[in-house]
Amino acid sequence: MSSAAPTVTASLKHRLGHLLQRNWRSLILFIPFFWLLLFFLAPFFIVLKISFAGNVIASPPFTAMIEWVDEGVMNIRVVTDNYAYLWEDDLYVNTYLNSLKISSISTILCLLVGYPMAYAIVRSSHTTKHILLMLIILPFWTSFLLRVYAWMGLLADQGTINGLLISLGIIDEPIRMLYTEFAVYVGIVYTYVPFMILPLYANMEKLDWTLLEAAADLGARPMVTFFTVTLPMTLPGVIAGSLLVFIPATGEYVIPDLLGGGNVLMIGRVLYNEFNANVDWPVASAVAIALLLLLVLPMMLYQHIQGKETAGS
Amino acid sequence: MNNGKRSVFLITTTCFGIAFLYIPMILLVLYSFNDSKIVPVWGGFSTRWYGVLFASEEVWEAVALSLKIAAVNACFATMLGTLAGLALVRFGSFKGRTLFSGMISAPLVMPEVITGLSLLLLFITLNEFFGWPSDRGFTTITIAHITFSMAYVAVIIQSRLAGMAQDLEEAAQDLGAKPFRVLTDITLPLLAPGMLAGWLLAFTLSLDDLIIASFVSGPGAVTLPMLIYSRVRLGLRPDINALATIIIIVVAIGVLLAAWIMFRQQKQRELELKMSEES
Repeated sequence: MSSAAPTVTASLKHRLGHLLQRNWRSLILFIPFFWLLLFFLAPFFIVLKISFAGNVIASPPFTAMIEWVDEGVMNIRVVTDNYAYLWEDDLYVNTYLNSLKISSISTILCLLVGYPMAYAIVRSSHTTKHILLMLIILPFWTSFLLRVYAWMGLLADQGTINGLLISLGIIDEPIRMLYTEFAVYVGIVYTYVPFMILPLYANMEKLDWTLLEAAADLGARPMVTFFTVTLPMTLPGVIAGSLLVFIPATGEYVIPDLLGGGNVLMIGRVLYNEFNANVDWPVASAVAIALLLLLVLPMMLYQHIQGKETAGS
Repeated sequence: MNNGKRSVFLITTTCFGIAFLYIPMILLVLYSFNDSKIVPVWGGFSTRWYGVLFASEEVWEAVALSLKIAAVNACFATMLGTLAGLALVRFGSFKGRTLFSGMISAPLVMPEVITGLSLLLLFITLNEFFGWPSDRGFTTITIAHITFSMAYVAVIIQSRLAGMAQDLEEAAQDLGAKPFRVLTDITLPLLAPGMLAGWLLAFTLSLDDLIIASFVSGPGAVTLPMLIYSRVRLGLRPDINALATIIIIVVAIGVLLAAWIMFRQQKQRELELKMSEES
């Protein structure tokens, strides 16, 4: 017995090794694939299912979709009330539209701030370029939440900006900035502008800048050169950066909550409150599905661009 | 850039941009040394808010929980993300490739509220059918974090693999090494810097996450961002400024250290290249 055991383990080890040698590729693929199926894809189907359920006061607070009435007889109940409710209630429609408006305007603002910065970084000398890039990336590593919090101190009625303006004698009464839509724009541009700069930089870095000189040599004015040469060349970067700002900004929760207060309606906040404060899981799920439908096109567009990028490089 | 006018414009916008990014953080640090209870009103220099912060047991517990989650998350996310990156770059086409690459990159752009809600509903469903996870906290937050961090790691690994010269791998193969041996002895060691970068990114992403953790956490498990959020929701708090200052200093030291190490490695490589050219 004592001599047989090591042989068995040895042969098992051998066979396992053999199995690994032959099937390691499937194994490597299987582990992350299974993880994503379970923890990324499956949850969406659960959300989809619950969005078609009714709300009841129970734990969990939704009705079952499939009920076994008798042996082998099942009763499938699909409730579409949640979606009808979203559509009919002005609050939700307005919130969706407002989220889209805020994220679109923020994207344009990020582009206006980020484009010249990305351009300046690309055209600066080797050392400066690295320092500037590091300065852009550095805030990423600090807390997002604390960067939003920093603006609460700046924009408050008693905050730094109002204090400065009053002491300079420019205004007598503090301007209300915190808990307005303006504060939300500032917060989104502040936290998302690096997401605009980095893809723009990556795109501009690969461009052939002699084309600009050629345009200038041929007598094109700077504005003309910009709109006919520079902008079309950097368009892929503009689109990638805009999507990277637009998509997360639409579902943003922290910024409208901390800087917008109760005055700014955004869909991420409504979803969070519907789930946590109102405990209406079916409606929260329907809000999530509707938000996903809203973003699915931009998300697919982004994936398409990314796919082309990796295939190209 | 010979065009003087444009150059001035670019320098100004860059300076304004950098100032825009950094002034709020500098003010955050300054006000942490403010004696006054009202954050933006200066009442003299004081370090008392650091005392208040350190005396709070809640803060220490939240820091410990967040660091534990971040470390475990970073290890698993690096492992899974590396495997995913390898599969996507080196395996050619396989069944379900489109689905796989879609699932690996979707968490990058998915709104956090949706990821958080859907994972919570998954955990509740699993608990209903299998009795696991019976309570939410460390495990559920870690699983949720791994799911989105691995996507970021996979992106880093993919770009490293795509930019890596394959000659060493081909040489090993020509010398008779089996593909699996090539992977363990050549590819993975070459990928080590990418994996380290992925680990660090996953660690920070986890430390930074508020929304997903709030959804999948249960009573009793409060991460650092959750604690900060519950405090700042009600207004400005000087002790949070103190906490922010500590975080900013730790991050700055870490980034400078990383930059210094990278700079030295670069110099070393240049030196080696020069020597090999001379010999």
